[in-house]
Amino acid sequence: MQIHYNPETSVLHIRLDGEIDHHSSSFMRSEIDDAIYAYMPEMLVLDFQDVSFMDSSGIGLIMGRYKIISPLGSDLIIANPSPHIGRILKLAGMERLAKIQNFSQKENQS
Amino acid sequence: MKILNEFKCTFPAVSENEAIARACLSAFLIQADPTIQDIADLRTVISEAVTNSIAHGYRNSEGEVSICLRLLPEKTVYIRVADKGCGIEDIEKAMQPLYTTAPEQEDHAGLGFAIMTEFMDTFHIRSSPEHGTVVTMRRKLGRTDNPQEESSDE
Repeated sequence: MQIHYNPETSVLHIRLDGEIDHHSSSFMRSEIDDAIYAYMPEMLVLDFQDVSFMDSSGIGLIMGRYKIISPLGSDLIIANPSPHIGRILKLAGMERLAKIQNFSQKENQS
Repeated sequence: MKILNEFKCTFPAVSENEAIARACLSAFLIQADPTIQDIADLRTVISEAVTNSIAHGYRNSEGEVSICLRLLPEKTVYIRVADKGCGIEDIEKAMQPLYTTAPEQEDHAGLGFAIMTEFMDTFHIRSSPEHGTVVTMRRKLGRTDNPQEESSDE
């Protein structure tokens, strides 16, 4: 997991990786929350570019973070989900909580 | 229905085994020439079922989860996941999207059954409080939302 905070834009960009399931999400959760409380960002970007698998534990992970940043008045962006993750996000109706965006590949590889 | 192949295993209800159950399923599916979407969907389904047994059936107490995978005629895959955990008192309630028995701080979405019913052609659940839960599901392979995927085999 790569965590990058831009103080000028107040954007916290978290690039998740590997497989997100009930087992791995508990570790990811505490790392993300530590970063949220450390930076109090105006925008949280959860980037799924390097996530190879996600089940409903990933939805729980996103919803839980939304519940933390929403009272702060901050926005949530879900970035670069694969088609598989996109289907699960849609099933969960996540577009009601967060913007789902696909950034260009080149931008992310730099 | 004739069983073309079958794979069974039983493992302790610890969360490390969720990934191993997915790996078993992926390996089993290869013989049936699945689409990329078949693999992704079925991996999600078994992950949900096994997680339900571990996180809800046993509530992180000790126990065993059994899975049975079958290849049936016409590229149909059968998945059975069973536990001897606490069972489900009210299946209708448990099946409702967003319903979960887990404490709030654990961030369970309550979407496991919704995903299983959406991604499978058939879904059955039997449960007895104190005795455990069995889910059985089937799906015919070949599902794809991407029309280019099928023709890319040439």
